[in-house]
Amino acid sequence: MITLTVNGQKHKVDADPNMPLLWAIRDIIGLTGTKYGCGAAQCGACTVHLNGESVRSCVTKLSRAAGQQVVTIEGLSANNNHPLQQAWNELNVPQCGYCQSGQLMSAAVLLRENPQPTDQDIDDAMSGNICRCGTYQRIRSAIHLAAELQRKAMASK
Amino acid sequence: MEANAISRRNFLKISGLAGSALCLGTYFVAEAKNENLITAANAEKAGIEMNAWIHIDTNGKVTIVDHRAEMGQGSYQSVPQIVAEELEVDLKDIDVIFGEGNQEKFGNQITGGSSTIRGSYKNLLKLGATSRVLLVTAAANKWGVPLIDCYAKSGHVFHRPTGKKFHYGELVEVASKLTPPQDIPLKTRAEYKLIGKPLNRRDSPAKTNGEAIFGLDKKLPGMLYAAVERNPRMRGKVKSFDATEALKVPGVKKVFKVKMGVFTIYREGVAVVATSTWAALQGKKALKVTWDDTGFEHINTADIYKIQHEKLKTDEGLLLQKVGNPDAAISKAAKVIDVVYQTPYQSHSAMEPVNCVAWYRPEKLEIWGPIQAPEWVQDFVSKQMKMPKKNVIVNMTFLGGGFGRKAFMDYPHEAAVISKEAGAPVQVIWKREDDLTQGPYRPGITYRCQGVIDNGEMSVAKFRMAGQNIDHWSNGKSSGKANDSTSEGFLKPYFDSIKNVSFAEVVFEAPIPAMWWRSVYASTNGFAYESFLNEMAHEANKDQLDFRRAYLKDERCQQLIDKLEKVSGWKSRDKKSGYGVAITECFNTTVGQVVKVSRQQNGKIKIDKVWAVMDCGWYVNPDIIAAQVEGSVLMGLGAATTHEITFKDGLVQQNNFYDYPMPRIADMPPVEVHIMENTADAGGVGEPGLPPFAPALTDAIFDLTGKRIRKLPFDMQTV
Repeated sequence: MITLTVNGQKHKVDADPNMPLLWAIRDIIGLTGTKYGCGAAQCGACTVHLNGESVRSCVTKLSRAAGQQVVTIEGLSANNNHPLQQAWNELNVPQCGYCQSGQLMSAAVLLRENPQPTDQDIDDAMSGNICRCGTYQRIRSAIHLAAELQRKAMASK
Repeated sequence: MEANAISRRNFLKISGLAGSALCLGTYFVAEAKNENLITAANAEKAGIEMNAWIHIDTNGKVTIVDHRAEMGQGSYQSVPQIVAEELEVDLKDIDVIFGEGNQEKFGNQITGGSSTIRGSYKNLLKLGATSRVLLVTAAANKWGVPLIDCYAKSGHVFHRPTGKKFHYGELVEVASKLTPPQDIPLKTRAEYKLIGKPLNRRDSPAKTNGEAIFGLDKKLPGMLYAAVERNPRMRGKVKSFDATEALKVPGVKKVFKVKMGVFTIYREGVAVVATSTWAALQGKKALKVTWDDTGFEHINTADIYKIQHEKLKTDEGLLLQKVGNPDAAISKAAKVIDVVYQTPYQSHSAMEPVNCVAWYRPEKLEIWGPIQAPEWVQDFVSKQMKMPKKNVIVNMTFLGGGFGRKAFMDYPHEAAVISKEAGAPVQVIWKREDDLTQGPYRPGITYRCQGVIDNGEMSVAKFRMAGQNIDHWSNGKSSGKANDSTSEGFLKPYFDSIKNVSFAEVVFEAPIPAMWWRSVYASTNGFAYESFLNEMAHEANKDQLDFRRAYLKDERCQQLIDKLEKVSGWKSRDKKSGYGVAITECFNTTVGQVVKVSRQQNGKIKIDKVWAVMDCGWYVNPDIIAAQVEGSVLMGLGAATTHEITFKDGLVQQNNFYDYPMPRIADMPPVEVHIMENTADAGGVGEPGLPPFAPALTDAIFDLTGKRIRKLPFDMQTV
C-alpha cells in the first residue's frame, strides 16, 4: 500500500510500486486529465508536478511518489482560472487538446520560476512537450499573456 | 422530390423527453457537388445526407448534435455556430453533444476530406431556419396574431407590437404538429451574427482542466484493460504463443489469440486482458509469440523506390486526364525539363495513440473511442460480429488527433472481439510503438514530371505518379483504372491554359497498409507538381507568382495571387533571404503560401516566416481556420524535413518519438494566415493548408542556395 497526496487529497494505492505514476493516477485514482502519449518521456503529455517540479509520470515509479505531493491538471486551479488556463482559453490554444494538460503543467513551472519569460525561455522550458496539431505559436503567445495576467493579479493584490 | 425540399415524413417528432420535445432530424437531398468526400473524383457518388439534430425540450433547453468527430479541427464549435445562427439561439445557452454512429439518422458522418462544414453547412443552415420558422409560427398561432408581427431572438419568440414572448420550450409541442415550410429565405452573410466571427472554441475549457473525455479516458464499471502483441508484419499470422510468464503478472486475467479485420484482410495477435493498463502492458511484454510470416512479400524501403524509379523510366501507366498531346509535343521539343520527385511513407502519429473501449453482450455491442467514421465502424463491426446493425452502438469521444488513421475500423473490431472473449467491457490500448509500427501509412510516392518551355511559355506538363493506390488496399483489389487522386492538388484552371497536359498513374502495389493522411494525395502531389512549376518558372526566367498568374486565369486564383503577393511583401523581398511560393488545391479550397528562409550565423537555415492565404469560400470561424493552417504548416514541416517510415524485411524500423522525432516548439515558424472573402461555396479547412508548405519551403531554399530539393524528407540542418 502506497500513500500519496494528489491535488491535496490523500490516496492509499494498492498497486505494484513499479507501476508508473501515470497509470496509478489514471486507472486507480481515476483522474484522466494526465495523458499517455509515448511511455518513454519523449512527449510530455503525462507531465505532472511532484513536489512542485515537472516530472514525466509515464516513467516515474509510483514508489517515488510515496508520501509526496502530486499535482495534476485537475489540481492546477480550483476553477480553471490559473493565468495559463485563462490565456489558453482566451487565445484558443487547444486543437485536439490531448497534449495540453502536459503543456500547461510544464508552463506552470516555467511561469512560477520565471514570471517574465522571453521567447527563448519559453522554447527552452517547453521543448519536452510535443503538440502534433501544431499549436506551438499559440502556446508561446498564451504564456506571454499568462505572464501579463499574473503580473496584473500580483499588482492588484 | 425537389433538391433540398423538406417532406413532412422526414420530421421526426419525439415525446417523452421532458414531456414533449421538438426533434428535428431532417433529411435533405444532398447537393452532391458540395459533398466532396476524400477525392475530388468521387464527389458525384455522394447521395442523401441528413445533417443535424436539434433537440429542444419543454424547458427551452436547446441541444445541438455535433454529428462529426472533433479531432481538433473544430466541429464542436463550428457545427453549433452554424445551426444557432438560423435557429436564433445564444451559443452560451445551448448544449452540444456528439451524435453516435447512425447513418439513417445523421447521414454521412465520416470526418475526412475536410468535409465537416462544406458537406453540411447548407443543410445545417436550413435545418436551423426551418426549426425557427416552425417555432415562430407556433407562437403566432398560440397568440392568434399575424406571423409577420413575430420574430425569434435568443431562444424566444417575441410579438413585436406588444413585446410579449414565449421561450422555445413553450412552443415545441405546437411546433411539432406543424407542417414544415418550404423555401425559407436564409440570412445573407452581412446579416450573420455568429457565422464569420472568431468566436472562442467551446471545447477549450474542458481541454485546459482535464475534463475532456478522449477515447482513452472512457471508463466503465467492471472494465478490464487489454494490450495486444500483433504480428509486426500486417499479413502475418500467429503460429503459437506461450502465455506462462504473462499469466504470472499480477492482474493479468486472460491471454488469447485475436484476429481483427483490416478492410479485406485479417491481422493477428495475442491479447492480454488485465485489471489495469500497466498489468496488461507488462503481460504483453512477457508473452512469447512465434509468428508465421510465410506467403507474402517482406518488403524493403530501398526496393520500393527502386521499383518506382525504374517503372517511371518506361511505363506510361494508366491515363487519368489529358489535354492536347504531351508526348508529341515532347518528341518535337528542343529541350525537355525531365525531373523526378520522391516523397516518403508517413505515420499519422496522433498524440492519442489508437485505443478503443468495447462492451459486448449477445444482444448489444457498445463501442466508445476516438473514431473518425462512426457509421463505418457500425457497419463493419456489425458484419464482422454477425450482429444486426441496430445492436451495435458506436459512441463518440473527443479524438486526440486523427489525421486519417482513426477512420480505419480495425481497432474497434479488435476491441469488440476481445470484450466478447473476456466477457467484460474492455479498453484496448495501443502503445506508441504499436501505433507507429502497425500503420497504416501515407504511401511513399515517386513522380516523374516532364515539361517544355517554348518561347517563355509552358507548352507541356506531363505528370506520372508511381505509388500505392489507397483504394486498392481498402477494396482488396485493383480497379484497373487510374488512381482518381493522381491530379489532386493541381489547380484546375491549368487545364485550360497549358496546351498539353496529362496525368497518369504508374501502378505500384505493396503489402503495406496505406490510408489517408492529412490532405491525402495532395500532400505529396503538391510537392511534386508545385516544385515542378517553380522549376518551369525558373526555366522560363519568370517570377514564380507572375508565372502562375499567367496560367491561372480563374478570377479567384488571380485574387488569391494578388493577396499573397501583397501580404508577403513579395515585390519588395530582400536579397539576403530566400523566398519560395506554392499554390495548391485540396478539397475545394485553394491555399497559397510564401515561405521566407535565411542563413543563420551558425550556417544553418532558419524559416523566418510563412504567409498563407486561404480561399475556402463560405466559412464559419476565422480563428479556427487560422489555427488549422498553423497546424498544417507544422505537420507539413515534419513531413518535409524529418519524417520517413522505412521498412526492412517487411518490418517498420521506427518505434517511438525518439526515432520518429516530432517538431518541437522551437521549430515552429511564425505563420500569418489570411482568408479570402467571397460568396463561393464552402471548401475544406482542416487539410488544405498542408500541401503548399513543402514546395514553398524548398523553393525558398533554392532561392537562397541554388539547390533544388526533389526528395523528401531533407535535412534542414545540412542544406
